[in-house]
Amino acid sequence: MANVLINAPKTAKKGSTIEIKALILHPMETGFRPGTNGRIIPRNIIEDFSATWNGVEIFRMKMSPAIAANPFVSFFTVASESGAIRFLWTGDEGLRVEESVVVAVT
Amino acid sequence: MTRALPVRRPPVSRSPTRRAFVAGAALVTMLPFAARATPDDLAAAIRQLVGDATIDTGRVKLDLPPLIENGNTVPLTVSVDSPMTEADHVTSIHVFNEKNPQPYVFEARLTPRNGRAVVGTRIKLADTQKIVAIAQTSDGRFWSASADVIVTIAACIEDVN
Repeated sequence: MANVLINAPKTAKKGSTIEIKALILHPMETGFRPGTNGRIIPRNIIEDFSATWNGVEIFRMKMSPAIAANPFVSFFTVASESGAIRFLWTGDEGLRVEESVVVAVT
Repeated sequence: MTRALPVRRPPVSRSPTRRAFVAGAALVTMLPFAARATPDDLAAAIRQLVGDATIDTGRVKLDLPPLIENGNTVPLTVSVDSPMTEADHVTSIHVFNEKNPQPYVFEARLTPRNGRAVVGTRIKLADTQKIVAIAQTSDGRFWSASADVIVTIAACIEDVN
């Protein structure tokens, strides 16, 4: 299973803007590089990353092979209500990785 | 009293064989990029996004190092000056490049829920080139910023594993 690292505050003041950072271990193989045998290594990338907070989508990113290996994404969101932020990565070779963190909003 | 000092120049003697070798070596290193994007592809990709709309410069800030030692991992941050309210917010941020095999880098979708229109990630750059960030605001207008970067070690030339 893929390894995921999420950095989000555990608690946040209601209405404040918090930064969320998400990293996933993934080779992001471009499909343009020849391997040691001279053949092109088949493409294997993450195509889509999304974050939903209590079911509402707060961020989405469509990725290309130009995103570096182990894709890192940082973005901001307004802390409106306590709940779980669910992260979803999907990509080539049927990749589908889910992770969630809980943020308490006071 | 001034007198021009004699300038000593080193003897210049470059044999044709050496020149041919250098040219050949350059060609060989270029080969894996036979299918790389061109500035025309960049323009076409941007045109496909914005259609006939005009692109204004400003409001968008594109942060990445001007000199990149390793093109495999280049930190990049796009920030857009926007209040991020229901009436006036950024709906999407797009990043394009000039000389990677494809002109697209990423597309981020934003809503007023984001509070700040700032997106950070790490990208690959195959060559010294121009990066363009375009943001679309809720009123349908497009804003852009570009940056020229120098890359010393290019990304995705060969399998390093």
